[in-house]
Amino acid sequence: MTMSDHTMKAFDTDLQDLNRMVAEMGGLAEKQVADSVDALAKRDTALAQRVSLADANIDALQREIEERAVLIIARRQPMAVDLREVVGALRLANDLERIGDLAKNIAKRVMALNGEFPPPKLIRGVEHMTDLVLQQMKLVLDAYGGRDITKAMAVWRGDEEIDAVCTSVFRELLTYMMEDPRNITFCIHLMFCAKNIERMGDHATNIAETVHYIIEGHPIADQRPKGDTTTIAALRTG
Amino acid sequence: MSVAAITVPTVTHSLSKDEELTEKISVRNLDFFYGDHRALKSISVPLYRGKVTAFIGPSGCGKSTLLRILNRMYDLYPNQRATGHVTLDSADILAPSQDLNLLRAKVGMVFQKPTPFPMTIFENIAFGIRLYERLSKSELDDRVRHALERAALWDEVKDKLGANGLSLSGGQQQRLCIARTVAVRPEVILFDEPCSALDPISTAKIEELIDELKDDYTIAIVTHNMQQAARVSDFTAFMYLGELVEFGETTRIFTTPNDRRTQDYITGRFG
Repeated sequence: MTMSDHTMKAFDTDLQDLNRMVAEMGGLAEKQVADSVDALAKRDTALAQRVSLADANIDALQREIEERAVLIIARRQPMAVDLREVVGALRLANDLERIGDLAKNIAKRVMALNGEFPPPKLIRGVEHMTDLVLQQMKLVLDAYGGRDITKAMAVWRGDEEIDAVCTSVFRELLTYMMEDPRNITFCIHLMFCAKNIERMGDHATNIAETVHYIIEGHPIADQRPKGDTTTIAALRTG
Repeated sequence: MSVAAITVPTVTHSLSKDEELTEKISVRNLDFFYGDHRALKSISVPLYRGKVTAFIGPSGCGKSTLLRILNRMYDLYPNQRATGHVTLDSADILAPSQDLNLLRAKVGMVFQKPTPFPMTIFENIAFGIRLYERLSKSELDDRVRHALERAALWDEVKDKLGANGLSLSGGQQQRLCIARTVAVRPEVILFDEPCSALDPISTAKIEELIDELKDDYTIAIVTHNMQQAARVSDFTAFMYLGELVEFGETTRIFTTPNDRRTQDYITGRFG
């Protein structure tokens, strides 16, 4: 359904502000993810430090979105699609905040690694995952901005590849650890980084589900394809 | 005039799996005319037994008109006529042979403005009962007390039943009118914007009352307050320009309406 303006113009402004804040938060989260993995690949402790500090901005924006949403509910008593917009913004802010936390965790691990050099080959897998996650995030934020159900569904179905790469990174790291116990420290850190990125992908699919809910008014009925077997298959190979 | 009939599912709605819905009042292809003006256009809608049905829509959409047909209130005025089918259980409400006093005893109505009679609180209620029944003094006392209790007014007025009904506050007056309606033991109660002249606390009391009354009565309420419709009703009908645009479970109408016009109205986008 296309949308006409509210009789009460200030209501439109309220909702537009909320949209804008969520989009801004999405942009910040994307940057944090890219920077954190950049810091990992380049062993850039200073960049990792900045990423860690910048997480506070995302948290602040989340609180602001929550306050604004609560105010809109109190003041305007939104109904139907408006209510879904407001509830959707709350959920999106939650997922984006979690993505920010995961990026911060990667940055902290870079700082902890300080001086140890995992082979670039291993980091490449993590970088590949990051590229995929960033694509997913961009697509899902576009889906939110344009209320585009096709894009949202593409994101929802597209998580499988990230999961698959994550599983293969896990396998690789396992063999590396078995080769030489001295590799264990940084391999564990890398494993957590990979798992963090995989979790970011899950949050992107959550967001896709929320976008679907905002537009359609009901959750996605389908079964989502899953490719992450790190908890089962990868460990079994060990 | 050919207007496509809106098909209203008869007993297919159910709020929970083990709850069967039956129609207390059925409206089918109802047209209503004020002189030459066709105010209602082929309305079909059920009022389910023991449920609250809210009628919403902008001013002039015909919702009060529809309510006034359900107890033949329009009969008081010349040049107004209804065509189509309206049945209470299976009795034809629109039939000329319909006993209007009996109908209005079965289908009670509460209006926008509280309308107590200029007599004592007790008499306000006893008056209506005496029209339909001959009761002994003690039976009458019991009935008045019971009605006031059902209307959640007893505790506030039990010590001053001899006081003038007009001395009560607006909210109390409205509950007095509800007590008066309940006292004649109706089967259906029609509320025409019962809270529009009341403060939020009185409104909350009336809403609480509606919630309690629906166990024993079938209720229809016309309201301009969307949140109120969402709070008190089980089913909601949205009307626009004399047509029934959408009818369905309240939970769905207020979250995912099917019709664009319903959505525009409930979200405050109507021009």
